[in-house]
Amino acid sequence: MTRLSDNVISRLKAEMLVPDLTGTRYEPVRMLGRGGMATIWLVRDTVLEREVAMKVLAPEAGSDALAARLQHEALVLASLEHPGIVPVHDAGTLADGRTFYCMKYVQGKTLDEFSQGKDLREGIELLRRVVEPVAFAHARGFVHRDLKPENIMVGAFGEVLVMDWGLAKSLQDAAGPPGQEFRVAAGDRGRTAHGTVLGTRGFMAPEQERGDQHEIDERSDVYALGAILRFLADGANEHLSPSLRAIAAKAMAKERGARYSSAIDFSADLNHYLLGQQVVAYPESLIEKLARQLRRHQVAVGLVLVYLLMRLVFILFSH
Amino acid sequence: MNKVLLGILLGAILGAFDGLTAWFTPEVRSQMVGIVIGSTFKGIIAGVLIGFFARKVNSLTLGIIFGLAVGALLAFAIAAMQHGHYFAIMLPGSMVGLIVGYATQRYGAPAPMQRAQKA
Repeated sequence: MTRLSDNVISRLKAEMLVPDLTGTRYEPVRMLGRGGMATIWLVRDTVLEREVAMKVLAPEAGSDALAARLQHEALVLASLEHPGIVPVHDAGTLADGRTFYCMKYVQGKTLDEFSQGKDLREGIELLRRVVEPVAFAHARGFVHRDLKPENIMVGAFGEVLVMDWGLAKSLQDAAGPPGQEFRVAAGDRGRTAHGTVLGTRGFMAPEQERGDQHEIDERSDVYALGAILRFLADGANEHLSPSLRAIAAKAMAKERGARYSSAIDFSADLNHYLLGQQVVAYPESLIEKLARQLRRHQVAVGLVLVYLLMRLVFILFSH
Repeated sequence: MNKVLLGILLGAILGAFDGLTAWFTPEVRSQMVGIVIGSTFKGIIAGVLIGFFARKVNSLTLGIIFGLAVGALLAFAIAAMQHGHYFAIMLPGSMVGLIVGYATQRYGAPAPMQRAQKA
């Protein structure tokens, strides 16, 4: 018996990953990425003559439960039509029996790449735009459960898209998406394991880590949004004001009752911060309030002071 | 607040304050009432003009320049009527115009039409 070399084995493995697109309208272009459960391919739609992204179940992840989960993800995406959520174009089963769905090919950078070198204010403005599709999904009864910088794409024209709805849970359906066991394994930060892990450590709410499915609601996403805010603050390497620290702390409160009750409330408080207004999360002392107002209206205060100074000089000179 | 109303209010307050500072000049103290009324009136006229400008032109820089120009022009007219004290009247007058110009652009609410267009 001849043993195959490592090189040959790795080439065979790579070949196995290529989806069998026989009988479909798609032609493979190249692989875009690979996760634990699926691979994402750039394919060409030969009918509409455009490139789309195809998410295909990985050959080694051939269980019915994972196939059902991929279908569930496609269904969730199809039911969430929003400019901030990547649209799904097609779904089905390939000739090789692997489940797939096609979605818009988003060219851009993930939030962790995009935020490098950007100031915190810009990051917060971007985060507020992330909240829009998340709040929309909440209004439609879905929780994302895996919000993290890697799952947020910033397009070439500044469009913000929330990706990877594979762990999305319907608030009406307590069982959650198929193919998941509600127990937590030690997933690494930055990588979403499938099957046993419900999210990503560092961005996952405590109730998610506990696997307490009945406690998971929109506030679990609020926790992740707070963690993204912390991530952006760490990346920007800027001194965090007490207000912003308080916003992140409130969003990431251990007890979900202490968090913002919705993503919209979180976004509104971020907006208060950006506008120099008092934030809900941080009760200010009188001096802090005064200092904030002075900072907020520093030009107007400066002009009035210059005017008063000028008047004082005139009075002194007239004497 | 409406930009015109804000201009009028701010112009009146700053104009009145400007007039009140005449109290520190003993030789004109006897004419205080007239000075305060005149200065307030001047402030209101400046406020109306600057407020309407802010309603039409949505630009902080242009608002400041226009405010400065209107304040200086009205103060020049007052100084010309008094045949002197040009610097002492025009500098504070211009400053008041500048403050009103800034404030109407920065803090004034846009006209209903502009709000509808923005929405």
